[in-house]
Parts: sequence; structure tokens; C-alpha cells
Amino acid sequence: MSEKLLEVKDLHVSFKTYAGISHAVRGVDFYLNKGETLAIVGESGCGKTVTSKAIMGLLPEDNTQIKRDGDSAILFHGENLLDYSEKQMTEIRGHQISMIFQDPMTSLNPTMKIGDQIMESILIHQKVSKQEAYRQAKEMLELVKIPNAEQRMKQYPFEFSGGMRQRAMIAVALACKPEILIADEPTTALDVTIQAQIMELIGSLQKELDMAVILVTHDLGVVASVADRIQVMYAGKIVERGTVDEIFYQSTHPYTRALLNSVPKIHTNNKDKLYSLKGTPPDLINPPVGCPFAARCEYGMKVCRQIPPVSTHFSESQECYCWLHHPKADVSGLPDGMIRPCVTERSAK
Amino acid sequence: MAEKEVLIEVKDLKKYFQVGKHATLKAVDGVSFKIYKGETLGLVGESGCGKTTCGKTVMGLYDATGGQVIFDGTDIHSLNKHEKKEFTKRAQIIFQDPYSSLNPRMTVADIIGEGIDIHGLYKGEERMQKIHELLELVGLNKEHALRFPHEFSGGQRQRIGIARALAIEPEFIVCDEPISALDVSIQAQVVNLLIELQKKKKLTYLFIAHDLSMVKHISDRVGVMYLGSMVEFANSDELYQEPLHPYTKALMSAIPIPDPHEEKIKRRIPIEGEIPSPINPKPGCRFAGRCRYATEACRTSTPELVEIKPEHFVACHRVKELNEL
Repeated sequence: MSEKLLEVKDLHVSFKTYAGISHAVRGVDFYLNKGETLAIVGESGCGKTVTSKAIMGLLPEDNTQIKRDGDSAILFHGENLLDYSEKQMTEIRGHQISMIFQDPMTSLNPTMKIGDQIMESILIHQKVSKQEAYRQAKEMLELVKIPNAEQRMKQYPFEFSGGMRQRAMIAVALACKPEILIADEPTTALDVTIQAQIMELIGSLQKELDMAVILVTHDLGVVASVADRIQVMYAGKIVERGTVDEIFYQSTHPYTRALLNSVPKIHTNNKDKLYSLKGTPPDLINPPVGCPFAARCEYGMKVCRQIPPVSTHFSESQECYCWLHHPKADVSGLPDGMIRPCVTERSAK
Repeated sequence: MAEKEVLIEVKDLKKYFQVGKHATLKAVDGVSFKIYKGETLGLVGESGCGKTTCGKTVMGLYDATGGQVIFDGTDIHSLNKHEKKEFTKRAQIIFQDPYSSLNPRMTVADIIGEGIDIHGLYKGEERMQKIHELLELVGLNKEHALRFPHEFSGGQRQRIGIARALAIEPEFIVCDEPISALDVSIQAQVVNLLIELQKKKKLTYLFIAHDLSMVKHISDRVGVMYLGSMVEFANSDELYQEPLHPYTKALMSAIPIPDPHEEKIKRRIPIEGEIPSPINPKPGCRFAGRCRYATEACRTSTPELVEIKPEHFVACHRVKELNEL
């Protein structure tokens, strides 16, 4: 029914570091439909930003290795972006796929006027006159609800507050009406009231421009109100994915459950101890052989440390990589609702 | 509950910074509150509201422009050098950024031991033993003592910061955004550790953070700050269930709830615009410019923090009529 706009297949990204090769993303696949919001959730170092930068072709060439053989591909309208030259990527970037970053101060050019920064992407990607570009840029500023657009066009980023800068960033990113917007922690640096304003803005622009959004974040609260589907990443792999409701109410992976439980609930007067995961994420220079989460998982079994888990499907949209869903697993003592009837089983990846 | 002992009383605390010839940044402008022994007082607010400055002034890291901080009967801003040293033995601070608050050239043992050395609490073998004890208390182990800060992750560094604060066995700790630089699962670890230590050592906390749900979880009472002044102050459960000040209401409604169904039914109270500059603020209620209920009176006279309900203080001219009290 819906059209696959972007499809990422078996993405592997590793970086050369002084300590050795760090395997930041280890076999990630997912797709993005037209007009939908996909959230990628995970903690720092889980590979969520690397995944989105790989789509944009923004990873530094000299120390990055992206697997290009075999099935690996990033398909945008059926074309493999991994095969594109830098020149071809430039045409896509900012035009059909745009990205906004966490820190609006370091991602805007401090020596350029805001207006010029918005006009820049219009002038590069569209054959329009400067006057037309100016008009469109001003329209964009109005669209992102920056008051006194005419005057703001002539100002520099330092004259903007944090929230205003993020609005300006969004204006730059959306100037060419892209089909996909990748928002990498767009509100992490902002206060809650401003965060609510920005999320609302992204939502309304998404409808207006019929964009698909990939929302990369660590904050499950932000995700709850805007995402259609969620995928949870841990140590460079996807551990679970599903619709918003499936992830929030019927999650089947211990890590997803731990993430959900470690945030205090604001509407209950529960002063109990917060659920907390022991330990820290694994070192990706020597990633664990089996399930990446095994070392911290309270239900970990022997097999978890030895063989990477296979995927289990619970519905058309929900799938989970965990050995606990294997028919032979010992499921006594698991929290209610974690084991659900599966649809089919697929072989290990 | 009546015989609660006051450990710290902050009276009309002011901290101004001179930022130009005719410009004064009023970071904290007349804040008063009490902290009882053994409780956790939370301070919340958005960036620039003065909560960190308030915490640092309470610790004596900044000299107050006006007002008093009375710690166990004495104003800490009138102490001489010797008395100040005595005070720092009883009060400590944990900083926000675990990356910049630990000296990269010192080993963990020396970082934790610095306070012990300054106050001459333990020497030699005993000192090392104490350091090992502290490391274990915060969930690290002995082997970590001889390492340097860069060898640790963010959560572990924050634990070192906590161990340092605990080294001299203080009664009072200012926690200045101790968890905002950490990942969700690590945040829970650190918060649990703080709560556990409080029970074990009968500590009093001033917990400063912008993460409202975490503040609610850890605090007994919470103060909400806006642009240098306290707008609402109450029991934490009451504040979250029944906020009275228009700003608190908007702030509470902006908290994203990790529950899609609740998010759908939740009504968000929008506030337009952003926090105005605290440099040479206008008279009147600080929130007046963004408040949709503001009247002429709000723009001319500054509302006082008044006890509207028992132990529930609000600084708003129209609080009674707006909440039909």
C-alpha cells in the first residue's frame, strides 16, 4: 500500500581508530515509506548517527569503511547511493534528502547571514534567479515561524537564540522541499518548552510538504508522540523494531524494556528504585560474538554469548532479535507479555 | 513532620553579574527557600533561569550580591578563610560535566583523596583504604584507583565525581545537573546510587536539573525557577499533579511522556517565544511577556512568593482567580 522511499540493506560501517578498527554499524537493514516517521532510538555509541550519516554520504572518507559488496546497499528510489560519486551525492543532499543536526550552533556557518545560508541550497539545487531564491528563503523563514523574517534574513547565527537557530536550520534543510528529512537529535540541546515547539513544527511541516522523517534520538518521550515506527539499536545492531504501540506496550526485547523502565513515570507517585541496567555498552573494537546485549541482560543464557540471535516476527511490523523467543528457551521468570506468539521464524543474519 | 530541622536557609539571595557599563545580568534575583535535614530539594527550570548560579552561590563558589545563605546558623558568605574551610568539609558539590570537572592529569586516587588531604582526615595506608572504600561505595573497584579520568566512560566519571564529593563525609551535597550528560540507562544507575547513598549516610541534597521527571523522582520538594526568580515551590507530588503558576503549568505540559496513548490525549499548553534576556530585566512579573493571562498589574509590580496552600508557594498576582481557589 505504501511506497518504499528508502531501503537500507545490510549496512556495515567501521572506522579506523588508533586503538583498532571500530565496528560502529554491523548489519543494519530497514526501509522508510513515503510520508512516515521512523524513529531510530538508542544510547550514545549505538550507531544511530553513523547510520544516518551513511545515508547522507557524510562520513569522512579517509578513515571510514563501508561494506559495498554482497547485498549491502542504500537504495533511494531504487538507486544505490553507495555507488554514487561525491558529485552525484551533492545533488541529492539538501535537495531530496536533508539532515538537521543536534547542535544548531556548530552546524550553521557563523560567518554567513542566515538568509544567505538558506539561499545557498536553493541556488545550488534549483535554476532560479537570486531574487526568486531570496523570496523563497524568506518564505521558508516564515514557514518555520521566525518573526520579522525580512530582518532576520540579514542576521548572523550568533544573533539567534538556540530555538531560533534550530528553526533556521530546519529552514535551510527544507528549502528545497526534500522527500526525506533526517533529524539527528533535533531537540536534545533545547529546553522542554522549546523542544515541544520544534517537534510540533517538524510535524506540521512534514504534513505540509509530505516528507518522510527519520528521527534519531535517545529520548523515548519525544518519540511517543511523533513516530509511526520505531527501531531500537544497540551496539551497532537493530535489536527490535515495530510500530509505536508495539514498542511501547508490547516490547519483546529485554533492552527495549530496560530503556522504557529506566525513565521515571511522571504521572505516578512511585518513589521506588528506578530500574537500572548494570554495566555499559560493549566495546565495538572487539564486538561480542553473540548478542551484543548479552553481558548486561538479566535473562542472558549461554547461547546468547556464543551465537548472534535470529529474528523473530510477531506481526508484519514487529520483529525482535533475541534468543528468548526461540522455542527451546527457558521462559520462566520473564516479565508478563514479553513472550508473544510469533508469526514466522527467519534464519540468522 | 513538624519537627523538621532546617539545615540551610536561603534568604532573598541575589547574584548579579556586571556584563557591561550599564548592563547587569540578574542571574538570581531574590530567591528564598529552606532545605531541611535529610531531604532532597529539587530546583528546575530552563537554561538561563539561574538554577546553577543559585546552587553555586549556595555553595559559596560565587559571592552573593545580596541576601544570605544560612548554613546551620551561620551565613556562609560572612565566613573567613578558616571558617570557609570548615564549611567545605560539610558541604560538597557534584558538577554537571563529568568530562571537564575531573583533572585529567591526576589519578582517580588523587582526585578522590584531594579533599582528604586538604582537611587532613586520613594519612598513608588509611587514606588509600578510604579511597578504595569510596570507589566500592559508588560501584567502581580498587583497580580503578590508579587510572586517569580519560580511561573511564561518562557514567563512571560521574561516579568518581560522586566519590570525590563523599570523601570528606559531608552532610550536604549540591548536585548540579549530575545526570544530564549521561545516557538513559546510566542516568538510572547514578540516580539510584544517589538515593541509596542518601539513605546510608543521611545526606541532604540540593538537586538541580532541567529533566523534570528525574527531579520529581528524586526530590521531596521542588522549586521552579524562571529568569532568576522562584515562581512556584511545593511538595514534589503536589507540584506535578496540581501546578498553579501559569509557567509551571506550561512547563509540565511540555514534558514528553514516553507513552503514546497518554501523549495523544494530553493537551499541551503552548507558550509563545523564548526566555527573555536576564540583562536589565523589566520590572513586574518576569513571565508577564509570555503569559497569556498577564494584566497591567503583572507588568508593573513583581509578585511575591505567597503560600497559597499549606507548603505550596506561588508567585503570581492572579493565581487565586485563575485556579478558582
